[in-house]
Amino acid sequence: MTLVYLIIIPLIAGIVSWVSARKNPVWPRWIALSALFAQMLIIISLWIGHSIELNSAHNGVWIASVDLTWIPQLGIGFRLAMDGLSLLMVALTSILGMAAVICSWTEIKDGVGFFHFNLMACLSGIVGVFLAMDLILFYFFWEVMLVPMYFLIGIWGHENRIYASIKFFIFTQAGGLLMLMAILGLYFIHGSITGAYTFNYFELLETPLSAWSSMLLMLGFFAAFAVKIPVVPFHTWLPDAHTEAPTAGSVILAGLLLKTGAYGLIRFILPLFPSAAHTVAPVAMMLGVIGIIYGALLAFAQTDLKRLVAYSSVSHLGFVLLGVFAFNELALQGAVMQMICHGISTGALFIIVGALQERIGSRDLNRMGGLWASIPRISAVGLVFALASLGLPGLGNFVGEFLVLLGVYSVSPWMTVPAAMGLVLAVIYSLRIVGKAFYGCSDDRSRIQDLWPREALLMAGMILAILWLGLFPQAVLNTVEPALKAIQEKAGSMSYKSGQAAVYTDILSYFQTSQVVTETQRNGQNR
Amino acid sequence: MLDLLWLIPALPILGFLILALAGSRLSRKVQSCVGVGSVGFAAVLSSAISISFIVFPPPHYQYDQTLWNWISIGNFSPTIGFHLDALSVCMILVVTVVGFLIHLYSVEYMADDEGFSRFFAYMNLFVASMLVLTLADNLLLLYLGWEGVGLCSFLLIGFWYKEPDNIKAATKAFVITRIGDTSMAIGLFLLFNELGTLQIQELSVRAAQQWVVGSTTPMIAAALLLGGALGKSAQLPLQTWLPDAMAGPTPVSALIHAATMVTAGVYLIARMNVLFTLAPMVQSAVAIIGLATLLLAGFSALAQNDIKRVLAYSTISQVGYMFLGLGVGAWSAAIFHFVTHACFKALLFLAAGSIILASGHEQNMFKLGGVRSKLPVTFWTFLIGASSLASIPLVTDGFYSKDMILWQVWSSPTGGFWLWLGGVFGALLTSLYAFRMVFTACFGPAKTQLKHRSSNIIHIPLIILAILSIVVGFVELPHNIGNFHLFSDFLNSALPSFQADKIDTNNELALEIIAGISCFLGILISYVFYFKRPEYPERFFGGCVSQKIHSLWQSGWGFDWIYDSVFVRPFVRITRLNRNDFIDSFYALVSFVTTSLHKGLSLTQTGRLRQYALGISIGAVLVLLILVWL
Repeated sequence: MTLVYLIIIPLIAGIVSWVSARKNPVWPRWIALSALFAQMLIIISLWIGHSIELNSAHNGVWIASVDLTWIPQLGIGFRLAMDGLSLLMVALTSILGMAAVICSWTEIKDGVGFFHFNLMACLSGIVGVFLAMDLILFYFFWEVMLVPMYFLIGIWGHENRIYASIKFFIFTQAGGLLMLMAILGLYFIHGSITGAYTFNYFELLETPLSAWSSMLLMLGFFAAFAVKIPVVPFHTWLPDAHTEAPTAGSVILAGLLLKTGAYGLIRFILPLFPSAAHTVAPVAMMLGVIGIIYGALLAFAQTDLKRLVAYSSVSHLGFVLLGVFAFNELALQGAVMQMICHGISTGALFIIVGALQERIGSRDLNRMGGLWASIPRISAVGLVFALASLGLPGLGNFVGEFLVLLGVYSVSPWMTVPAAMGLVLAVIYSLRIVGKAFYGCSDDRSRIQDLWPREALLMAGMILAILWLGLFPQAVLNTVEPALKAIQEKAGSMSYKSGQAAVYTDILSYFQTSQVVTETQRNGQNR
Repeated sequence: MLDLLWLIPALPILGFLILALAGSRLSRKVQSCVGVGSVGFAAVLSSAISISFIVFPPPHYQYDQTLWNWISIGNFSPTIGFHLDALSVCMILVVTVVGFLIHLYSVEYMADDEGFSRFFAYMNLFVASMLVLTLADNLLLLYLGWEGVGLCSFLLIGFWYKEPDNIKAATKAFVITRIGDTSMAIGLFLLFNELGTLQIQELSVRAAQQWVVGSTTPMIAAALLLGGALGKSAQLPLQTWLPDAMAGPTPVSALIHAATMVTAGVYLIARMNVLFTLAPMVQSAVAIIGLATLLLAGFSALAQNDIKRVLAYSTISQVGYMFLGLGVGAWSAAIFHFVTHACFKALLFLAAGSIILASGHEQNMFKLGGVRSKLPVTFWTFLIGASSLASIPLVTDGFYSKDMILWQVWSSPTGGFWLWLGGVFGALLTSLYAFRMVFTACFGPAKTQLKHRSSNIIHIPLIILAILSIVVGFVELPHNIGNFHLFSDFLNSALPSFQADKIDTNNELALEIIAGISCFLGILISYVFYFKRPEYPERFFGGCVSQKIHSLWQSGWGFDWIYDSVFVRPFVRITRLNRNDFIDSFYALVSFVTTSLHKGLSLTQTGRLRQYALGISIGAVLVLLILVWL
């Protein structure tokens, strides 16, 4: 039942804080914060319990699960389960949730109660997405997180919020509908072949699919996830939504909503449709590389700081897409690492931008400059996270990007080289933030308030987290390893040709190797 | 003793943390104690460890210390671990000792700066990263140090962040070196995928077993690593960032952009010597790039007016000598030149800094002068540094190391006459620009008033470095003079010894004499042109063509202009053009079409019955017509 609590606690806290706001506008903040803290404690206890268990005996990848009947006539159940991957994602949700509450402490003044209700509802939807093991339930949570976010952007956003929120809604909804169709398609195919009509993830994993139907269904899922991640060219909702959302909204969007798409790739596309995934892998990886470079180029051109950070997300998430479709352990681990570190580093950058906007009333880079002299602490923190975003070794993002590129290299050196160019481009746009906003000369900014103690505490925590991930990533890697191994066993691996040939592997050769891949898969199933 | 190895980088990190977290709350005195003290203790500790390493050598002259497992996935398991051998002993000694002297000097140099504690925090972080780079036992950790020093270089070039030019220079340095670093990262991917490890020792063993000399894979791997080395060490074609990097405070130029960081590329190539030996073509490329760089930078140094830019180009040129040495297999000679260069170049920068400080930040040497009478300590130490740079025979350490490189270039099977000749011509250029600098900046009447009286804190490092710039040379003497090989014998436990194909002592003497002549010739020319007859340069080189050549050299052979027009401006223009993301216009079109349809259709909703009736009848007629005709 612990898993149910993880979902219920934020939701109840959201309702309570909505009601309590009438008494005192500070209550919702404290209620939300303590609920998230409680959630965090549950996650930590699960994690510790699990790692003890891991040491004593390898008994499966699942840490906890819940299976309640919901609509048995249609084969829909309230099934939740948590493995290392979901654990980390839920932990990230909890951390960024707290960050979101803290960073909107002074920013949000109107409708505090409803704001926190939406925030918490969205978080509980996200947790649900990471835990659901029933496809209808998954789709349900997928929508649950969408609607509150729509309100967050539309009500508490900036100048152009209505346009941004509608754009966000339509893009995500269009992808979501295609996924719903694919879910139903999978349900009927599974039912007609095996006679058991069910949305149970674990049973659907065994569905025998023809190559053609597998491809179609996979594309349906991929549409939803590609919009969320976002994959170029479906990314254009992102800069608008991120820029117009309030700080908390941007943190949740970049830190968590994008991760649900990446999580979906790993959890659903790889194991449900392995052969189709292998077929599209070259295209998907290519899209990843394009995302890395295109996002970075656009990030460089922006003058709105928040938009710059938003486009840098497109670039960073390109690494995740690239890593997932390389089908090997290094790249997959790297992708997960990148998801977590991007959540923290970009979340922190959005908080910095929000703090700056609150203080100087602008997000325009051309109107900033010389901030280091007046607010050295905010500037120093901004520098640290700009460095994280450019992949400085010692900080978490480097581990993610390096592992992805290392893993991808073994299947395709020619993908790695342009993707690695992203490292150079990341320096160019990240240093632009530092050079334009923090360095330079200021006219008269002596009265600006540096970090509040509350914010300083939050930022210190996030810096420690990103350093910990960069220097001691093994705890995270160990937690996620069994889950990824299990998924990889289902998904098969890309064949690796050793020696000279590997250097000259071309994109085209994927199409030749797809036969080898199905063979490895068959071997996997025989086992 | 050796198990305290981890403390050497840990001490400066501690200093950095104290200064970064609590710096602003401490008094100046405490700040300087922390900043200088951390590096000072590291210097003491590394001296002690070096002595213990030499007196009680560990088995195989290697000592490994693993702190923790960094990442472990399958067989990819880089550690946070250190490897101490003769090569890293040399490196850590230079980094900590020269680093300490420069830190001490900075206490006075930066005394009036408002960013005092920030400066020492960055400097400490730099020393720590540099130590990690040199001690790393695997390439991933080396890469961490590698990027760390790049970051500190960025932070310190842009230390005076209020000037837009400084920010530009800092960004340029970081971006250009990152291009090299990325090539190096790809090299790491290749090495790991081919050999299954990044542990440097294991990697070298496996590479030698698995690869044939001259085959393609080691060539690609070596070329990729070379890319990283070129960026960090400011060699062609990635050298353009270093002259601009002089925007930072002078101690920074001394420590990072002369003594230590720019030689990281030399260290990398020496460290990966097995790989480069397996790729003879790449190794020859190292020599040729080194030679080309040392000549081009030598010419550029001749045309500079800013004293720091002269020194910057001379650094590029001297690192070019090291590359030349590495390229012909003169491993120890290159590292020897690194050690001597660290001493005399740090000295030159610090002495120049003392002049700059005294003159109220005047860096144009034609506006200086009179240093000899006004600042005697600075003058004499500067002169020793310049003599060492010009490698005046027998008395300076620069002579011994440069001579060793030139001699081994001559006698190496992959070297030869032409490379040697280029090197000797470079030596002529070196002494020419070194003494041009001495004669214009130090002699003659003071054109700018020299007011600041340098204190002992500035003098002590200068004097110690000046002594070092003389005596360090005596640890390695040529065959015909003394025949003393302490340094190379020591290094041979870590680096392959030099393989000459012709040992000829008579020849060696002749070569030394030629090198000596070229040195004195350079001094003579600069004496005539810049001291005796200051009107000569104008008279001889006043012509139109010489002016053009002069400005070409002054601009560093126009590389900046080329990169600007080929890469930077098109990049900026293209990204600006696409600022609003052309892909979004597709979605905008979709929404435009939908809204137009919506608007168009709502126009028909007029509420007038007549129009509706008309619509219905036209529709009915159309449907009937279709039914009839189809």
